[in-house]
Amino acid sequence: MTTDVQRRTASPVDPPDRRHPRRNARHRAALGWLYATPTTVFVALLFLVPLGLVVRMSLSKWPLLSGDQGWNFPKNYRKAVTNRFFTDSIVFTLKYTLLATILLIGLGLGLALLVQESSRWKGLLRTSFLVPSALGLASASLLFYVLYSPIAGPFAGVMSRLGITFLGSPNAALWSTLFLIVWRYAGFYMLLMLVGLQAIPAELFEAARMDGASRWQTFRRVTIPLLRPTIALTTVLCVTGSLLAFEQFYILTKGGPDNSTITVVQLIYTVAFQGQNDLGVAAALSVIILIALVLINIVQLRAFRSPDED
Amino acid sequence: MATQTHSTAALGIRPTHPSGPRAGRRRPPTTTVAGIALRTPYWVFTGALAIVFLFPLVWTGVASVSPRPGTSQVNGWGLGNYTSLAHYQAGIGRYIFNSTFVSLLTVVLTLFISLLGGYAFARFKFPGRNALFMLTLAILMVPYATLLIPLYVLLNQFGLQNSLVGVALVLTMFQLPFATFMMRISFEAVPREMDEAALVDGCSSFTALWRVLLPAVKPGLITVGLFAFLAAWNDFMAPLILINDSARQTLPLAISNLRGQVQGVVDYGATEAGVVVLAVPCIVLFLVLQRHYVRGFMSGALKG
Repeated sequence: MTTDVQRRTASPVDPPDRRHPRRNARHRAALGWLYATPTTVFVALLFLVPLGLVVRMSLSKWPLLSGDQGWNFPKNYRKAVTNRFFTDSIVFTLKYTLLATILLIGLGLGLALLVQESSRWKGLLRTSFLVPSALGLASASLLFYVLYSPIAGPFAGVMSRLGITFLGSPNAALWSTLFLIVWRYAGFYMLLMLVGLQAIPAELFEAARMDGASRWQTFRRVTIPLLRPTIALTTVLCVTGSLLAFEQFYILTKGGPDNSTITVVQLIYTVAFQGQNDLGVAAALSVIILIALVLINIVQLRAFRSPDED
Repeated sequence: MATQTHSTAALGIRPTHPSGPRAGRRRPPTTTVAGIALRTPYWVFTGALAIVFLFPLVWTGVASVSPRPGTSQVNGWGLGNYTSLAHYQAGIGRYIFNSTFVSLLTVVLTLFISLLGGYAFARFKFPGRNALFMLTLAILMVPYATLLIPLYVLLNQFGLQNSLVGVALVLTMFQLPFATFMMRISFEAVPREMDEAALVDGCSSFTALWRVLLPAVKPGLITVGLFAFLAAWNDFMAPLILINDSARQTLPLAISNLRGQVQGVVDYGATEAGVVVLAVPCIVLFLVLQRHYVRGFMSGALKG
């Protein structure tokens, strides 16, 4: 993606009026800045300034209601890492991320292979897999909140007869949430995989077939290696999204049962706005997560870089 | 769905008619008994999968109008749940208005900024261009919560606490990476000769953008607008943190809060009705603009 952009932008913009090339170039540069001004203003005021502020907040005593009370480094960071849910929430978030990524990448690829050729039936299948991704995550979580309910859900009768619950035990709550996430996102990842599959030249499959490769061999030796960039991208997307999971747990499990499903972002929200009302500690947690996320993404991008690019 | 996006369909592990000019067509269904017998498991399996994906949506729609003790629709079928939803707190109309306002403002701002920004990045050379573009994309790398905590403080300082405009500004910022990238590649896909001819004819760069380029990048704008609308309409976390006043809540927040209202007893009927109200505009928009939704991903963004 970046290489494409860089290649295109490397060619200089031809000024339409060639009589005053230098004055024209300066004029064009000024115009460019003019058109980029709204972007600059938004990025500066709503991205760079908050980013700087969150670092400052993490170094200051900053209660929710009374605001900045001055420098107190490293107290916020010490409080953040000694929070009683700090380790638990990290372990749970990592576990959830691992499971969600395996499920979504695997199922996304599986669904894509199932529906990739064009036919009316496959078109219908694609649409039905994709419709849930039009819903918001909050709407989907509310929907499953009712669906999993032991009182109003469609499985209420079965649940009371067999004595099972969807959200009653830590493991059930985790897997029920994972099902919600698969339902909501599998179609989206299928779409990304379809885009990747489409970029593979058909001749390669034909050649493999002529060489007598079995379907499994073709999949293993042609599809997977050529799908590598897509798999890398979807994995980075999925890992990042899952590490920052919030809505599904905030609405569906509320962190329970027994605080077993608290994610890192939920911990930040709780520290900032529920109970402790300590924006300084919440900011410290946010900075820790930002650094961790950047590191994790660097590691992932390195791991996915193909050997010949080194 | 978008059959044209898969017109080169012979790209799978099972290429059909890979050699002839009809390579894009699927194999005509085998009509022999053996052929049908072989295909039946596939139909049953995929049909069951489709039902798994559609069942929760259909069930919620049906359950929201069917009778259930403990909800506002006790006897017979009807819209009792929707009536009680309509009278919840400030009234559902208020929340629909709030959500619509935030969503439309986000769409307008996103389209305006990314149209001009995409034009600047695609057609002009100016110092700091690549840095600004990379910085815009870097918004994707920063967790939502990391930015919302300082934004809560900042908006308070600018007098935008509890403000729907504030929420729309924040949501627009989160849309910028995708929108700017999308508009940049949309402009780059238009041949340069088109606007250069207009400039030589004496048009200003803005007239060239408005008269010549705008029609050419319309598909990109539709995609950007659709994504901005869906994201803003559905967003939960930004209003959760930035809005305290219950009359200014957006729809997802209001429906989520509605669950615990009546002495801790959850009104499942009203919640179902709320989910339907939330989901219907998204599903309708998605089905109407499905091709653009897919195009968002096809446009080279994921090819590298």
